[in-house]
Amino acid sequence: MSDELTFNYTIDGDDFTRAGEASSAVKNKLKMLGVDSDAIRKVAIAMYEGEINMVIHADGGAITVTVSDEEITMILADRGPGIPDVEKAMQEGFSTAREEVRSLGFGAGMGLPNMKRYTDEMKIDTVIGEGTTITMKVHL
Amino acid sequence: MKLQTILDLPECRVLVKGQPDREISRIFCCDLLSIAMSKAPSDGVWVTVMGNRNTLAVATLTDVACIVLAEGVSLDEGTLEKAGEEGIAVLSTELPVFDIALEIHEAGGI
Repeated sequence: MSDELTFNYTIDGDDFTRAGEASSAVKNKLKMLGVDSDAIRKVAIAMYEGEINMVIHADGGAITVTVSDEEITMILADRGPGIPDVEKAMQEGFSTAREEVRSLGFGAGMGLPNMKRYTDEMKIDTVIGEGTTITMKVHL
Repeated sequence: MKLQTILDLPECRVLVKGQPDREISRIFCCDLLSIAMSKAPSDGVWVTVMGNRNTLAVATLTDVACIVLAEGVSLDEGTLEKAGEEGIAVLSTELPVFDIALEIHEAGGI
């Protein structure tokens, strides 16, 4: 790979059952590109958690994934309510997810901590009432 | 142990056979998808009572070889079809999670 590759995805906020399709698509593309399997796993985990969060909290959004020789960058942007207290949201076990989401096996307050744990860099830009953009990088 | 050994267990109903020759790495039991997402082992057998489309999404992303649904849980037809496309085996059993995990352990020595 000498050039950067960029993939764009729109996340549907209405359909919880389709969450994960973008992450799966990225995983398959990275496999085809011959990216290291540990890095693929990290990207898949972090992006899936992000995708789920966008569906649960923000009515969907957009994800851009850029692959270069050095790193994989994921930018997840939504126009949701924003995160009032980022520090609290980063604590394992803290969740504001609805009961129906919990009954599907999510909403345990693991999403953001997992995203941080499985990426090398993570930045959260959030504005109440306007939305959240999370930038994550996995180094290659 | 190959996946075929698990497919042959009398307590399990095979809903999708996946790739029977696939070598199985470990048994993993978990119902919380966020934990499964970070801990499910590649080529593993994942025993759970969480039967919904997101279960398959997590299995696909973590490269799980086989989902075993305990306590009589099943998956809808569309999700089973998708599992077939992804090459992931899906089995259902009436046994509780621990009991079927133990059966698999004893059958395959993993």
